[in-house]
Amino acid sequence: MTSTHTPPHIRLANEIAAQFQQRDPAAASREIADHIRTFWDPRMRSKLIADAGRTGSGLDPLAVAAAALLPRPTGT
Amino acid sequence: MSLIKEQDYGTPARPGEATVSVEIDGKTVLVPEGTSVMRAAAEAGIDIPKLCATDSLEPFGSCRLCLVDIDGRKGSPASCTTPCTPGMKVRTQTPKLAELRRGVMELYISDHPLDCLTCPTNGDCELQDMAGVVGLREVRYGFDGENHLDLPTDSSNPYFDYDASKCIACSRCVRACDEVQGTFALTLEGRGFATKIAAGAGGSFMESDCVSCGACVQACPTATLQERSVVELGMPTRSVLTTCAYCGVGCSFKAELRGDEVVRMVPYKDGKANEGHSCVKGRFAFGYASHPDRQLKPLMRERITDPWREVEWAEAVDYVGRRMLEIQAHHGGGAIGGITSSRCTNEEVYAVQKMVRAAFGNNNVDTCARVCHSPTGYGLKQTYGTSAGTQDFKSVEKADVILVIGANPTDAHPVFASRIKRRLRQGAKLIVADPRKIDLVRSPHIEAQHHLRLMPGTNVALINAMAHVVVTEGLVDREFVAERCEDFAEWERFIAGPEHSPEAVEEITGVPAAEVRAATRLYAGARNATIMYGLGVTEHSQGSTMVMGMANLAMATGNIGREGVGVNPLRGQNNVQGSCDMGSFPHELPGYRHVSDDAVRSVFETLWGRTLQSEPGLRIPNMFDAAIDGSFRALFVQGEDIVQSDPNTKHVTAALSAMDLVVVQDLFLNETSKYAHVFLPGTSFLEKDGTFTNAERRINRVRPVMAPKTGKHEWQIVCEIAQAMGYPMKYDNSAQIMDEIAMTTPTFSGVSFAKLDQVGSVQWPCNDNAPEGTPIMHINEFVRGKGRFVETVYVPTQERSTRKFPLILTTGRILSQYNVGAQTRRTGNTAWHPEDLLEMHPHDAEVRGVRDGDTVSLVSRVGETSLRVKIDDRMPVGVVYTTFHHPVTGANVVTTEHSDWATNCPEYKVTAVEVALKNPAPAQTVPAMAE
Repeated sequence: MTSTHTPPHIRLANEIAAQFQQRDPAAASREIADHIRTFWDPRMRSKLIADAGRTGSGLDPLAVAAAALLPRPTGT
Repeated sequence: MSLIKEQDYGTPARPGEATVSVEIDGKTVLVPEGTSVMRAAAEAGIDIPKLCATDSLEPFGSCRLCLVDIDGRKGSPASCTTPCTPGMKVRTQTPKLAELRRGVMELYISDHPLDCLTCPTNGDCELQDMAGVVGLREVRYGFDGENHLDLPTDSSNPYFDYDASKCIACSRCVRACDEVQGTFALTLEGRGFATKIAAGAGGSFMESDCVSCGACVQACPTATLQERSVVELGMPTRSVLTTCAYCGVGCSFKAELRGDEVVRMVPYKDGKANEGHSCVKGRFAFGYASHPDRQLKPLMRERITDPWREVEWAEAVDYVGRRMLEIQAHHGGGAIGGITSSRCTNEEVYAVQKMVRAAFGNNNVDTCARVCHSPTGYGLKQTYGTSAGTQDFKSVEKADVILVIGANPTDAHPVFASRIKRRLRQGAKLIVADPRKIDLVRSPHIEAQHHLRLMPGTNVALINAMAHVVVTEGLVDREFVAERCEDFAEWERFIAGPEHSPEAVEEITGVPAAEVRAATRLYAGARNATIMYGLGVTEHSQGSTMVMGMANLAMATGNIGREGVGVNPLRGQNNVQGSCDMGSFPHELPGYRHVSDDAVRSVFETLWGRTLQSEPGLRIPNMFDAAIDGSFRALFVQGEDIVQSDPNTKHVTAALSAMDLVVVQDLFLNETSKYAHVFLPGTSFLEKDGTFTNAERRINRVRPVMAPKTGKHEWQIVCEIAQAMGYPMKYDNSAQIMDEIAMTTPTFSGVSFAKLDQVGSVQWPCNDNAPEGTPIMHINEFVRGKGRFVETVYVPTQERSTRKFPLILTTGRILSQYNVGAQTRRTGNTAWHPEDLLEMHPHDAEVRGVRDGDTVSLVSRVGETSLRVKIDDRMPVGVVYTTFHHPVTGANVVTTEHSDWATNCPEYKVTAVEVALKNPAPAQTVPAMAE
């Protein structure tokens, strides 16, 4: 179970990734990235991108792959 | 304005073209087949005397006052029960008829109190009127005979009295309860002279199944059933047409006043959403607007531990503007934001999102729809292209099968529930998918063909199983799919997988596979099948997936784009649809257009004179998280008590406590204002001037019944805050705001206050392509062109029952209360629901040693509260239920951070909990009954 102590952006990214587990990983990461780009505030995206490069972040591999497709927001 | 009295045609209109020609008193009238002589006469301007007839009810023919003569027919038939036939010649006034009518009236009056001068309905009594119409001058029988004049008055209902001494046994109240409301709480007891109206089994109204909708009061032609407010204040003298501020049905009402005091709210017959019907909230629970708890002057304090001090508007507004700017200067432009309210008008909501986007300079605006129907917006936009339901309410009259999923219309949308029940009594079939045995499953004259009693959190598994049956049993509407949809082949392969079969998911959902197959065959085999759903769909971690699953099912069976079909969200609050339409989401400008769309942004930038941000802002839960991590420091909250209504109260209060400035604009000091630095008093619906948009996309006028008690409209205050921040934002009136909405938002381009005054209401899109609005959407093509099938993978929620928390809690609402109860708790409605109760199956109670009425602790991994138990086998084993209407209970103390994966709509419907006995109830105590 995801703990309440998991950083929100990691919990939320993992919940999105869980929806795409049955898809082809490349297509899934693209769709996850699209979703995050469409709906997430830049500061949350920045945190996700930062944590995606960190081992032991707790991020789902699909979320990590999606984060790699996201441009780093400016000014955050 | 004077009192509005709609014409009563005596019997209901019959559908169809006017093809039957009759002659009444020498006038030729053309009416549809099946029209009564009484109604044909009324349409020709000839009023036939009547008492037991009214056009909201089927004719009954008991009072014998509406007798007429018809050429070639013996006797004098009742005009209400006699249908017109071609060539019929009718006379409504002859000496013989006059004598008959006088004789009838003489009998009525001989057993009626002659207290007209002191009667509360003096001047508004049909019996009195008819005595005059028939020319009654004397009662030959005298008044000393046996009579009913000593019968007692039942004052058990908080809003109306039943004075049996004035009853003429016309049965209009009984028929209104049966035909209009569909509750069947009243009956005619006894025979002949002993006939009397009885509530339930003959006890008081409050002891009966009466839901206090007011239909009987409205139907009563005398003072037998009478609003107590009329008894106390006198007959109203003027009316203002407006719109109810409770649920998403959006009923039209006549606010009837005496001077500036509202005497009563009467449902408006020409209101398209309700057609003259009402519920206990809209009809009677308006007293909160003048409740002494209303805070009418602004309040301020430096710290939330300080006492409030009353200030003038200018000081409060200047302080808010200055502090917002200071906080941005220290913490960045994105450190502040606002929340709009579904309880406010479109114009008020539009003003707040404009203040945030243009004056705050960011997109940190969200709305309370985040915590209810945001998955509807996402799911229907992905599949159909727009974030709204597909039908008008009237459409249900053409439905042959009604699938109700995760909704409890008799409690949450009672006026629409009456429409559903009427259609079911006419023979439509019903499928209910809900863990609880809601009232619709079995109630008088209604029984669901299938109750799919699924475990909370398994909606997607169930809808996938239904779609699997459609695909694998040859029930797909191939022609519709080929012509109207895309991505079907991939979806068909996905959903045909054996893992989606009813047999495979039976263990997950708890619903027998055979029941799922039978229900699906019923839905897919219907000529017209419609889906109605509520928060039992959206408030899950898979809420958006479920909305798309339902959209898939409707497309696969061709149930989109005509009357009687569709996918219909039942919106919780009065203006959920409108608040979403008005650009309240942090990623969308008004009209559901993404903030990254340069062309759309430029429309607003040109008009508003500011560069707008192209990145999405924070959603409400993101705001709370960002407040705790320190990057979000100030919040403007319009008309929402987030501390009571949002999940995981401890998290919400921690976030608010961490902010430098919290501004609350509301009617009453509430749980959220305990964490506020500034309180800006708001206006009730009786003071507002604007529009609400209901669940069927219907834009209704909200007309001011009185001037704002606070001295200012809410949008004016918002404009003044924007000005205090250096952004010039000004309107002379709310009509100008709607004009700006129409100017910037294509789906609203044909909407104006003048248009609404002219036609009553319109359903968006309302523009050059649809100048009178759009009752049914996606008729020839979907808004997005082709309807899109989306693969809906079932991902179980992470909130699971465990050994420590073995029960699943779901939360919801009840008929007599509304949302956080701020309004209804300040009305007589507390008579029905004075406290939140925990509904629990007898087995779960027994193993815990809990009895009916005991106080228990309700514990989840995030919090604990206590409340009394109501043992009820409408709950399944392993599931408990409560409402969140009372802050003392604080049901959201126990709900968690889990949310819909796509929208962050909280998962209110699944919380793992444990229940333990805290205080046994005294032996004689029985908890208040829930509706």
